[in-house]
Amino acid sequence: MNIYQEQILEHYHNPLNQKKIKNPTHKSCGNNSSCGDSLCIDLKIEDDKIKEISFSGEGCAISQATASMLSEEVKNKKIDFVKKLNKNDILKILELELSPARLKCALLSLETLQKTLENETK
Amino acid sequence: MNNYKKDFTILRNNPELTYLDSTASSLTPDSVVEKINEYYKNYRANIARGVYKTSEQATEEYEKTRQKVANFINAAEKEIVFTSGTTMSLNMIAYGLSNLVGENNNIVTTAMEHHANFIPWQQLAKNKEAEFRVTNIDKQGRLDLNDLKNKVDKNTKILTFTYVSNVLGTINPVKEIIQEVKKINPEIITVVDAAQASPHLKLDVKNLDCDFLAFSGHKMLGPTGVGVLYGKIEKLKLLKPIFTGGEMISEVTCQASTFAELPHRLEAGTPNIAGAIAFKESLKYLKKVGFENIQKHEQKLVKYTFEKMKNEFGDDVKIFGPEKVEEHSGSISFTFKKYHPHDIAAILDQEKNVCIRVGMHCAMPLHREFLNVHATARLSVYLYNDKNDIDKFIEGLKRIEEILG
Ligand SMILES: Cc1ncc(COP(=O)(O)O)c(C=O)c1O
Repeated sequence: MNIYQEQILEHYHNPLNQKKIKNPTHKSCGNNSSCGDSLCIDLKIEDDKIKEISFSGEGCAISQATASMLSEEVKNKKIDFVKKLNKNDILKILELELSPARLKCALLSLETLQKTLENETK
Repeated sequence: MNNYKKDFTILRNNPELTYLDSTASSLTPDSVVEKINEYYKNYRANIARGVYKTSEQATEEYEKTRQKVANFINAAEKEIVFTSGTTMSLNMIAYGLSNLVGENNNIVTTAMEHHANFIPWQQLAKNKEAEFRVTNIDKQGRLDLNDLKNKVDKNTKILTFTYVSNVLGTINPVKEIIQEVKKINPEIITVVDAAQASPHLKLDVKNLDCDFLAFSGHKMLGPTGVGVLYGKIEKLKLLKPIFTGGEMISEVTCQASTFAELPHRLEAGTPNIAGAIAFKESLKYLKKVGFENIQKHEQKLVKYTFEKMKNEFGDDVKIFGPEKVEEHSGSISFTFKKYHPHDIAAILDQEKNVCIRVGMHCAMPLHREFLNVHATARLSVYLYNDKNDIDKFIEGLKRIEEILG
């Protein structure tokens, strides 16, 4: 199966939400040590909702595109909703099937995002 | 077509498969697979304990491999210990020597080590509060021999280093290094990681004069789960057995145990019998082909790959490791424009059925602290590869530009 579908390439070439946000309330980073991918996420949370999100990092097309698509998906969503997202939700967002190795690339952004929710700045 | 391909069912049955990942693990010729089956079908029994015929036959076949391995690297039979692979061998050496290391000592290694020859020593140094020293490499990924000589001193207990780098393809001058460090410190214990040397080079432990050497069967056409720990007999005696149990003892009472003679003292429990038995078939195969031919063939392919990559992609491709073909073994690590190595490998597989390895190749300090890249892509060639394989790889790289460009 060709995993480099149009929607993936679109987000890979033009990732959304990469612009640093001012005064984030939550921050954290994650990495995938076998492939060397790394990702950092900043959030601004107000009233238990994600008001703003930005991400930065190094990674393959799948990991970069997922971060871009996921960041769009969770904007203005409740924290409880984001905490419940899982593997299947990610695959639905991507409209893809992935091998276990590539799944790791796709899940890096979700894992990092969920970790960020626990990581209030100061 | 390459002459050797016909000896490998996996290649005969999958003519469209291009396997360029032998540095991770080689393919296995039919003669080795048949030998595994022979054991399971004809004399399946445990070794060294039965007094019946099939057990005796299995034991004989197992010990014959020990003989073959000893001949293969110019050692004595009792200096050959079977393990599950290089990782286990190196851990057995590191933990087995741990009582000899104290806080005034240091352990020296290099920046180009695989984690298997890095972490056990880093842990040992930490546990014993000894110093852990990492030798530099130069811009072409060759060991900085002056830095090495500066790092070794009278307090160096162990020098451990790889013969051939699995990332850079660098071939280290093992014999010369050992001669030099022994001038500085005649008591130094030398350990050689030969995991990437044993598939490609003739090993002669007497000539190298190393104290310990480790390698894996699965990288040299053999079965997975069998490897070798070689030690000079007087050095092997220094190893404290880290595994104890069946088959490694001489006498056991409720109060105490005495250990068996070498090498059995270091082979506790039931080993990978089928793997060890069949391993000698891969040694036979390699001997028949001949290391001179293997090296000539690989150098031809490395040269061809270097030229093709340069001609087709110029400076868009960056190759790591020595620039001279004669200095570069069959592992070629590279980056290609801004493309992430994962995407390179996925597209090569998806579009051309070409298998390469990507990531940090179990060498994180090398990538992060010396090459300064997040990851690399690596193709590697072995005796069953040919120019067609490289051509397909190059075509695959072009597809990457078309898909992601
Ligand atoms: C240089 C080097 N050392 C050690 C190892 C570990 O070998 P094994 O996984 O067979 O234990 C490898 C395998 O990739 C290697 O390339």
